[in-house]
Amino acid sequence: MRIGVITFPGSLDDVDAARAVRLAGGEPVSLWHADDHLEDVDAVVLPGGFSYGDYLRAGAIAARAPLMHSVVAKARSGLPVLGICNGFQVLCEAGLLPGALTRNGHLHFRNRDQALRVERADTAWTGSYTAGQRIVVPVKNGEGRYVAAPADLDRLEEEGRVVVRYVEGNPNGSLRDIAGVTSADGRIVGLMPHPEHAVEDLTGPSTDGLGFFTSVLTAVVAA
Amino acid sequence: MITVDTVERAVGTPDEPQPYTELGLKDDEYVRIRDILGRRPTTAELAMYSVMWSEHCSYKSSKVHLRQFGDLPRSEALLVGIGENAGVVDVGDGYAVTFKVESHNHPSYVEPYQGAATGVGGIVRDILTMGARPVAVMDSLRFGRADAPDTARVLPGVVAGVGGYGNCLGLPNIGGELSFDECYAGNPLVNALCVGVMRHEDLRLAKAEGAGNRVVLFGARTGGDGIGGVSVLASETFADAAEAGLSPAKRPSVQVGDPFTEKLLIEACLEIFAAGLVTGIQDLGGAGLSCATSELASAGTGGMHVDLDRVPLRDSTLTPAEILMSESQERMCAIVEPGKVDDFLAVCRRWDVQATVIGEVTDGDRLTVDWHGERIVDVPPRTVAHEGPVYERPVQRPADLDDLRADDPAALPRPTTGAELTAHWLAVVSSPDGADKTWVTEQYDRYVRGNTVLAQPDDAGVVRIDEDTHRGIALALDGNARYARLDPYAGAQLNLAEAYRNVAVSGARPLAVTNCLNFGSPEEPAVMWQFAEAVRGLADGCRELGLPVTGGNVSLYNQTGDVAINPTPVIGVLGVHDDVRRRVPSGWRAAGETVLLLGETRAEFGGSAWASVMHGHLGGRPPAVALPAEKALAALLAGLVGEGLVTSAHDLSDGGLAQALAESALRYGTGAALDLSAVAGDAFTALFSESGARAVVTTTDPGSVRVTADWAGVRVTELGTTGGDALRVADLPELPLAELRAAWTATLPALFGSPEVTVGSVPAGTVPTS
Repeated sequence: MRIGVITFPGSLDDVDAARAVRLAGGEPVSLWHADDHLEDVDAVVLPGGFSYGDYLRAGAIAARAPLMHSVVAKARSGLPVLGICNGFQVLCEAGLLPGALTRNGHLHFRNRDQALRVERADTAWTGSYTAGQRIVVPVKNGEGRYVAAPADLDRLEEEGRVVVRYVEGNPNGSLRDIAGVTSADGRIVGLMPHPEHAVEDLTGPSTDGLGFFTSVLTAVVAA
Repeated sequence: MITVDTVERAVGTPDEPQPYTELGLKDDEYVRIRDILGRRPTTAELAMYSVMWSEHCSYKSSKVHLRQFGDLPRSEALLVGIGENAGVVDVGDGYAVTFKVESHNHPSYVEPYQGAATGVGGIVRDILTMGARPVAVMDSLRFGRADAPDTARVLPGVVAGVGGYGNCLGLPNIGGELSFDECYAGNPLVNALCVGVMRHEDLRLAKAEGAGNRVVLFGARTGGDGIGGVSVLASETFADAAEAGLSPAKRPSVQVGDPFTEKLLIEACLEIFAAGLVTGIQDLGGAGLSCATSELASAGTGGMHVDLDRVPLRDSTLTPAEILMSESQERMCAIVEPGKVDDFLAVCRRWDVQATVIGEVTDGDRLTVDWHGERIVDVPPRTVAHEGPVYERPVQRPADLDDLRADDPAALPRPTTGAELTAHWLAVVSSPDGADKTWVTEQYDRYVRGNTVLAQPDDAGVVRIDEDTHRGIALALDGNARYARLDPYAGAQLNLAEAYRNVAVSGARPLAVTNCLNFGSPEEPAVMWQFAEAVRGLADGCRELGLPVTGGNVSLYNQTGDVAINPTPVIGVLGVHDDVRRRVPSGWRAAGETVLLLGETRAEFGGSAWASVMHGHLGGRPPAVALPAEKALAALLAGLVGEGLVTSAHDLSDGGLAQALAESALRYGTGAALDLSAVAGDAFTALFSESGARAVVTTTDPGSVRVTADWAGVRVTELGTTGGDALRVADLPELPLAELRAAWTATLPALFGSPEVTVGSVPAGTVPTS
C-alpha cells in the first residue's frame, strides 16, 4: 500500500508522517510539491509545518502548488487525503474542506498533549477507532482556531462531518471544539492535532495516533 | 554620488580623518591597522577591522583565559575542538554530534522577538556549517524581576521569538532554563543551544582552499539590518536603559529573522553536502561578509578575491562598507570547485534559494574586494580574522566579596513548625524560578521530527539519533548565577556539576561540555576577576570530570551603567545513550515504589533558593563542590538505569529536596508518604539545603539499589513510598497535590497572562462567508 507524503517548502512533519505510515504497515512515498503529476499512490498525506513560512495565509500558497492540482482532481474522485495541521490549512485553502483556520484565540503558539473525541469512525482515516473513543495526541499550532459561518457549522454537524473534537479543554478557541472535519464522502480528512506524533511509546504521549494510518490501509483495500 | 574610498584614494589621502571611535575601535587599535596596511585603511577596510576586532568576534579580553580549555587533556571522543564553528564529538556507531550554545543578549533587550529569534537562527547555522543536520534546540533565559514592568515587555517577546524561529525551522525545543533576578533588569540573557548529528565522514570545516575555486554566497539577500551589531550592540555597555532599549536609535543594529528561508537553506545545504559539492563552508552571522570571507581565507592556504557589487541586495542604496558589515540573517558562503558550480546552483534553485558566485580563491595571501572594478579592500586575511588585538585586562577581587561571604544565611530566621515549613515549601516551589514553566514551553514544538524521548520538564533533553539501534543523546543546560556571584570559581564548577548530573539522571554517559559565559564589562577589574575565576573553575572542573570543552561563547558588557550582572556561566553537557529506551523520567508514575535519596545532605544555604525567595538574601558561601562525589553518583546512576533498577531519577539543585519532591510528584500526579528525619538533623535542612551530588530515585527493588550504591560509595537514605494524591511528610501537614499544583502552575500565567481562551466567541470579520 503506497501512501504519498507531500513535501512543500517549509514542510516539517513530513518525516514524521512517513514514519507513521511505515509503522502502520504502509509504504511511504515522498512527493515533491513542484511535480506536475501525482505518482501512483493509494492515498496522500499533507504533513504539518510552515509551508512558505505561513506567508500570505497559512496554507494559501501551498494550496496552489503544481502537485496540488492533481491532488485536488483525484481527491474529488475519491482518493483518500489526510491533512494534518498545516496540511489541514492547505486543504481548506484548496477548497477541499470547508471552514478556515485562524490565529489561536490567545495569540500564542501552543504545544500540548490534547484529549480528543473521535466523532466519526467510518471515514477513510478513522475506521480503526470506535465512535466516541477518547484519544490523546499532541496539538501544536499558532493558527489552529477552526471557524466557519454559523450556518455552515450547523450543516457540518447535521451531516456528521465533524471527525474529531477537542475534549477536556479547547487549546485554541476553535468553534464548537472542532479539531477536524471530513468531506461529504468521508475520504478527505483534515485535523489540527498531530496523530503522527503519537505512534510510538518512546516519543509520543500515547500510540493513539497510529489508528489514522492503519485506517486508510483498510479503507483502500475495501474500496 | 558617493565617492568610493578606494585603496588608491587611501594611499593618496593619508591624513583624512576616519570615524574609528564611532565604530568601536580604540586609538591604539587604529594605529595598529595603519601599521599592518602601511597606509590608512579604506572605509570598507575600517568597517571590516572594526567588526572583526570587536570584543564579540575577536575575544580580545577573554582569549588569554580561554586557552585553559584548549590545554585540557584530549578526549578520545573529541573529533573537532575549540576554534571551529562548533566542536564535534564521537557518539559511537559512526555518528558524530556537534553542539554549541551562544548568547544573543543585547539584541534581545533592544528588540525581544527578533533578537531572540535570530539568536536561534545564528546558532543553528553554526551547527549546519559543520556538516550536521540540526536536530534540537534549547534555551537558557534570564530576566529582571518577574514582576517588573519591563520584564513583561521583554519576556513574552523573547519566548515568542525563540519559539517562532525554532518552530518554523522544525527543530524540537528539548529544554533549558528560566530564571529571574534584579541584576538582569537591563541585561536579559538569551542563550540558545543547538545540537546536530552527522556521520563522521560528513564533517565540514570552514576554510577556502584551491586557487580558482569559486566563492558562492547563498541564502537571503543582503539588507541594511544588523549593521555593526557585534561592535555597536554586543561590545559596549549601554549608559542607561533609554540608550539601549527605549530609543529606536539602536534598533537597526538588530537583525530581522526569516526562519522559512533558513529552513530552505538547511535542506539545500544538506543536499549539497550529501552530493559532495563544497570544499569549505561558513555561515554569515555576526560581522556578516567581513567575517565569512576573512575567516575562510585565513583558515585556508591562499587568498581570496570578491566582487562585492555581485552581492544581491535588498536595498540598492547600501554602501560597500555597509554590505561588508551587514548582519542580514539566513546567508551562507561556500567554496565550490568550478566544475561543481552548476550542480550547486541547481540544488539551490530546487529549494528556491538564491545563490551567486561573488568571487574566487586566489594564489596570493591577500583578501581583495572590488566594487565595480575598483579595489576597496586589500588586506592580509589573518590580520582581520585571527590576529586581532589580545588584552591582558587587569583583574581585581571585588571589594565587596568579603562582606558578601561574611553575610552567612545561618543568621536568617528559619521556619520551625510543620505549618511554617510547608508554607516555605509552597513559597519556594511557586516562586518564579521554581514554578511550572509550561507558560513558556507550551510555545515551543517539542515533537517535530519524532525523535524527542525526553524534553522539559525532565532534567535533560533526550533525542534518538538512530531508529534501528536506538542510539541517542542527552543534553542539559544549567547556570546558577547566585553561586557564581558568591564564588565564581566554585560557581562555575557547581553549574558544570548540575548539568553533568542532569545528563546522568536520564541514564546517559556524559561526554563533552560547551559553555556560554555571560559577564559584565571586561574593562572593570572586578568583572575580569570573576571571569578569570569562572574560566579557571570550569577548566579545573572539566579536567577532574574528564570532559573536554568543545567550544563556547563569551558575552561581555552585560551591564547597565556601573552595575554588572551577576557572573553567569551557563554550562551545557552532552551525554550519550547507547539505548534511549532505557532512559528514566524525572517523575513518579506508580504507587508502592520506594523513594530513595542518593548522596550526602549538609547544612548549605548560601546562594540558595530558600534564602533568595524567603529573605531576598544573597550571601555566605555556595554549597561545597564535590566532583568526586558527582562522578560516583553519575556512575551509579548509569549502572542503576542500565540494569533497570530505578523507575525514575531526579536531580537535586535549586530549592533542594523541597523542589525535587514537588516536581517528581506533580509530573504524573503521584504522591508519596515520606519521613525525612534520616536525611539531616532537622526537617528544614532536609528540605532546603542545596548540597550537590544528590538525586532522588524510585525503585521496586531497594535492596539491590542499596547494594549497588554501597559498592559505589554513595550514601542511600530511604525516604518512603510513592502513592496517594498528596505529599505526606512525617511531622508536616499533609500537602495535597491539587494545592501544590495550583500554587506551582499559577505563577507565570498570573505574571504574563492567562493561556486560556474564551471558547466560541468570533471576533467580527473573521468568519468566512462561503
